[in-house]
Amino acid sequence: MTDSFTINVDGRDIQATKGQTILEAAEAAGIYIPRLCHHPELKPHGSCRICTVIANGRSCTSCTQPAEPDMEVQNNHPQVEMWRKQLIEMLFVEGNHFCPFCEKSGGCELQALGYRHGLTATQHPHLFPRREIDATHPDIMVDHNRCVLCGRCVRASRDVDGKRVFQFVERGPEKRVAVNSDAKLSRTDVDLTDKAVGVCPVGAILPKRQGYVAPVGAREFDHTPIGTSVEGGNGSLEV
Amino acid sequence: MIEKSLPESVGSICKKYKNSPDRLMDIAIDIQHAYRCVSPEVQLDVAQFLQMDVVDVQSLVTFYSFLTEEETGKIVVRLCNDVPDKLAGSEEVAVALSCELGLDFDETSEDGQFTLLRTPCIGMSDQAPAVMVNEIIITSLTPDSARKMARQLIETGNPYKLVKEFGDGRNSNDLIKSMVNNNLQLRGPVLFSGPVTGRGLESALKQTPKDVRQIVKDSGLRGRGGAGFPTGLKWDFTAAAEGEQRYVLCNADEGEPGTFKDRVLLTEMPELMFEGMTIAAYAIGASEGLVYLRGEYFYLKAFLEHALELRRKSGLLGKNILGHDGFDFDIRIQLGAGAYVCGEESALISSCEGLRGDPKNRPPFPAQKGYKQCPTSVNNVESLCAAARILEHGAEWFAGFGEARSTGTKVLSVSGDCEKPGVYEIPNGVTLYEFLDMCGGRDAQAVQVGGAAGHLIHPTEFGRRLTFDDLATGGSMMVFGPEVDLIDVAVDFLDFFVEESCGYCTPCRAGNVLLLERMKRIQNGRGETGDYEYLADLANSIKGTSRCGLGQTSPNIVLDLLRHFRPLLESRIGDQDRNLRASFDLDSALKDAELATGRKSVHNQEGK
Ligand SMILES: Cc1cc2nc3c(=O)[nH]c(=O)nc-3n(C[C@H](O)[C@H](O)[C@H](O)COP(=O)(O)O)c2cc1C
Ligand code: SF4
Ligand code: SF4
Ligand code: FES
Ligand code: FES
Repeated sequence: MTDSFTINVDGRDIQATKGQTILEAAEAAGIYIPRLCHHPELKPHGSCRICTVIANGRSCTSCTQPAEPDMEVQNNHPQVEMWRKQLIEMLFVEGNHFCPFCEKSGGCELQALGYRHGLTATQHPHLFPRREIDATHPDIMVDHNRCVLCGRCVRASRDVDGKRVFQFVERGPEKRVAVNSDAKLSRTDVDLTDKAVGVCPVGAILPKRQGYVAPVGAREFDHTPIGTSVEGGNGSLEV
Repeated sequence: MIEKSLPESVGSICKKYKNSPDRLMDIAIDIQHAYRCVSPEVQLDVAQFLQMDVVDVQSLVTFYSFLTEEETGKIVVRLCNDVPDKLAGSEEVAVALSCELGLDFDETSEDGQFTLLRTPCIGMSDQAPAVMVNEIIITSLTPDSARKMARQLIETGNPYKLVKEFGDGRNSNDLIKSMVNNNLQLRGPVLFSGPVTGRGLESALKQTPKDVRQIVKDSGLRGRGGAGFPTGLKWDFTAAAEGEQRYVLCNADEGEPGTFKDRVLLTEMPELMFEGMTIAAYAIGASEGLVYLRGEYFYLKAFLEHALELRRKSGLLGKNILGHDGFDFDIRIQLGAGAYVCGEESALISSCEGLRGDPKNRPPFPAQKGYKQCPTSVNNVESLCAAARILEHGAEWFAGFGEARSTGTKVLSVSGDCEKPGVYEIPNGVTLYEFLDMCGGRDAQAVQVGGAAGHLIHPTEFGRRLTFDDLATGGSMMVFGPEVDLIDVAVDFLDFFVEESCGYCTPCRAGNVLLLERMKRIQNGRGETGDYEYLADLANSIKGTSRCGLGQTSPNIVLDLLRHFRPLLESRIGDQDRNLRASFDLDSALKDAELATGRKSVHNQEGK
């Protein structure tokens, strides 16, 4: 017995190795499974649910589910596509995302997922929550309006930076990221060069004094949709 | 006023739990009791004593609804606001309390004496409306008795003086002294059949752990907490998993609205439950067990602790149990602090570990890596009681009750519009017709089987059976008479799920808010025909993508209404003029403008 086996994704047999998640195995075979909270250098979190697939007839998140021999996976599937659109929309209406003003526009993974899935307007009402901005730190600002609670900052600070600057507090719709100090970000040991600051997929953690560095047309997702680097294609927008 | 002695210092509370971060739940609960809050300043102290990050303390404190960062009043009155209570008139009680205490809900009085709150089901639905006054439970309130209660509290400042008469059975025990009633309407042949003899454990210890697991498998016992997983198989997996230690956790969180049967088991036969835990420990090779007791049942804690102490004294817990060389096992009680999701087994484990009650990613399952990363079997109170009876009387005896794939009996918690609410132990397989006959709920327009997370059953389906394969229930049975507005029920349930979601995953955290918003529109007569499809898609997405059972079941009520109560929805949404958007609320949209201009909008001046 080797540790390598076959799984099937949307009718295509691909190789997987023991310990790999479905998402990792698919990615290695050039198949992109949309994701948001997942980050290759961090432990899986399983919170956004966008990477949901149907595996052996049951839905599961491909970023957390280990691949198993002969697993049948549906990634490109109408039901899965509907779920993903709903989840992306939920994330948009749950926060306050004013893309045209946002420094992250064009490089934002949430926005890019919206484009990839052909979302123009949302069917859900905007919830317009009241959320805070923490601009106390000289180099970094945190705008909770744009936070999608992906936990990348929490994991990166803890597991990569060895600091534990960020952590979740409260529960349900009130859940938010808090910082490890008696006050705000300026009283933590966070640094601009921390992994935790760089991994935010949206415009919630931003470096100060450098807005809109890339001009429109030169931003990460201006020409090819998110996932192109995995698929290796020229980025046609078909779904 | 008499000054009481100073509360225990934060340092000594922490020290009592060996300054151990795993015991943060107990530490925070004790601090809350002593200081009526766990303030941000105190969190800093705790972090120092426990040598942990303050944000991790905050993370736990802000998760549980019985822990507060702001100081509460000396007396906290929590009115149960779940559906059975509303049916029993809790809204009138709410008004009475509010008037008499001179407080709105979610408010603390200026003199710091009272805080008035609403809380989800406290496990007293058969004697609703019910309140918690600090840890004291007062049931069967009327507006009059509520007023009287409030006046007494203002006068005496002592919630303990409210209890004049004790409830039935062991509720009058010196260590309980509660007015709560068991309302044990039907004693079935398995659990409530007779006294607790301890013979189950004796018989178990005469056999190998493997044989004990085999007996439980042969009995066909399936988990009574709701999911129905075969108990013997769970023990096999836990026994087979690698780990230095193994644990058995008893799930006494009983948070599903309308469920209270575990409360009665805990009151009447904790010995049987502890016996079942000890048998489980022997079967899987555990040396430590925890009972996760919901914060609402704090009033049972001293009684349970005492029962444990007696067992230690009789050699039923501790080292070499019943003289069985090398079988060491002990149990501690872990208190919860107001979080429904902590009944979910992996969230329960998080909570026992001193963390916020987030469920964990699976795999690994608790049987593989559970409490403190060790193989853990989480079992419901009733499952453990049944296991003890099975070892006492044999697998065949147990399998002789109920049906082939749903053996044994089930303990039901019956509430709502019926003549005889309370606890019933029935053989599995009873139809809803038979059930309604039994509890006197013959004119029911629907029955909610399995609590808010369960299913709303239409009368055309009353022929269905209470079994794991047809209508599975963790025990909650709410009967809805003809007067009940099922849309209100749905709104209440969704409100509950929004309140209780842990917030980890997108669909449950955001999706339930959207479901609630749309159901409220329909409730307010602003529904549209497009809402059917909108709700169906949204519900399907939340169910299909949520991370734990909470989000996977919260949309059930909406889907059941759509599938089986369509005429009701139609009667509320009505036939609409296609050019009108009923969801658009013109009056509220114009409110700010009216305020700014200081005059009513034209349509309001001329119309009506
Ligand atoms: C949101 C949620 C709440 C739950 N609450 C309880 C509970 O209060 N008591 C319980 O025994 N099981 C509860 N469960 C089920 C547990 O996860 C678990 O399946 C059960 O404790 C296993 O015990 P059993 O096999 O004996 O039923 C809950 C599940 C979910 C998803
Ligand atoms: S701040 Fe950014 S990285 Fe952190 S949880 Fe929010 S969206 Fe994720
Ligand atoms: S479904 Fe998700 S958000 Fe809801 S309680 Fe479970 S893990 Fe938490
Ligand atoms: S990427 Fe898998 S849940 Fe977020
Ligand atoms: S105690 Fe009020 S509904 Fe359960």
